[in-house]
Amino acid sequence: MVRTGQVLIATLGDELDDQSALGMLSDVADRVARDRVQGVLLDISALEIVDSFICKVLGDTAAVVKVLGAQVAVVGMRPVVAITLVELGLPLTGVATALTVDHGLALLAGSAAAVGPTGREGGGPGPRR
Amino acid sequence: MDQARDGDVRRDGPGDVQVVALAADGDVVRARHAVRDLAVRLAFDLVTQTKLVTAASELARNTVLHGGGGTMTLEPVQDAGRTGIRITFADEGPGIAQVDKALTEGWSSGGGMGLGLTGSRRLVHEFSLDSAPGRGTTVTVVVWRRG
Repeated sequence: MVRTGQVLIATLGDELDDQSALGMLSDVADRVARDRVQGVLLDISALEIVDSFICKVLGDTAAVVKVLGAQVAVVGMRPVVAITLVELGLPLTGVATALTVDHGLALLAGSAAAVGPTGREGGGPGPRR
Repeated sequence: MDQARDGDVRRDGPGDVQVVALAADGDVVRARHAVRDLAVRLAFDLVTQTKLVTAASELARNTVLHGGGGTMTLEPVQDAGRTGIRITFADEGPGIAQVDKALTEGWSSGGGMGLGLTGSRRLVHEFSLDSAPGRGTTVTVVVWRRG
């Protein structure tokens, strides 16, 4: 996990088993509270697949980060993963997504400017206007 | 069916049926790798590979969590000039009382099994489920190579 300015970037590894995924959730929550960051990017560009469990953990992590008062986006989803998730019927509803870390940073900066530090749910892909 | 133990991945010659033991969390990752490797070797396109590996991940997790562990059997299949992969997930767990209901969209046994079954069914070309209370569960899926 790396911190850049007020944003924490958590990169998920390819060999993600269920326990590691749950560990990621609590690690991210701890870091958000400890470092008092304003935003979190969950970088899943290394994941070759996202199944229903990993998808649920991503959604739960995003929900926990929002409850803690920070912004969150899932970034870097591979096109084939997106196709598969939509077919599975799990399009990560309610979770902000962005194509890359840079897009994610712009998205978080945009939401912070638009709604202020109290936070609000982000929009779909791409920077919020 | 032969049983593979202790995370063993067994190959039976060039026709290669592989049996992957599914006992714990880490075995689901191992199962994903075995499916991916075979799909790459048989030159499946990336979307088909990804759907098959995702379906295998769902079903392998079901075997571990709901079946109390079991095996995944992975094999290349040929039919009328088509090349495919057949994967069988077998456990001797409690089984499913209402198979039809378990395959109903949105239905869940409470442990998240419904989504794993209905979701993985959408990602493959052929899907069959054989189960009864006390008799364990066997799920077989087939995916064919495009073109």
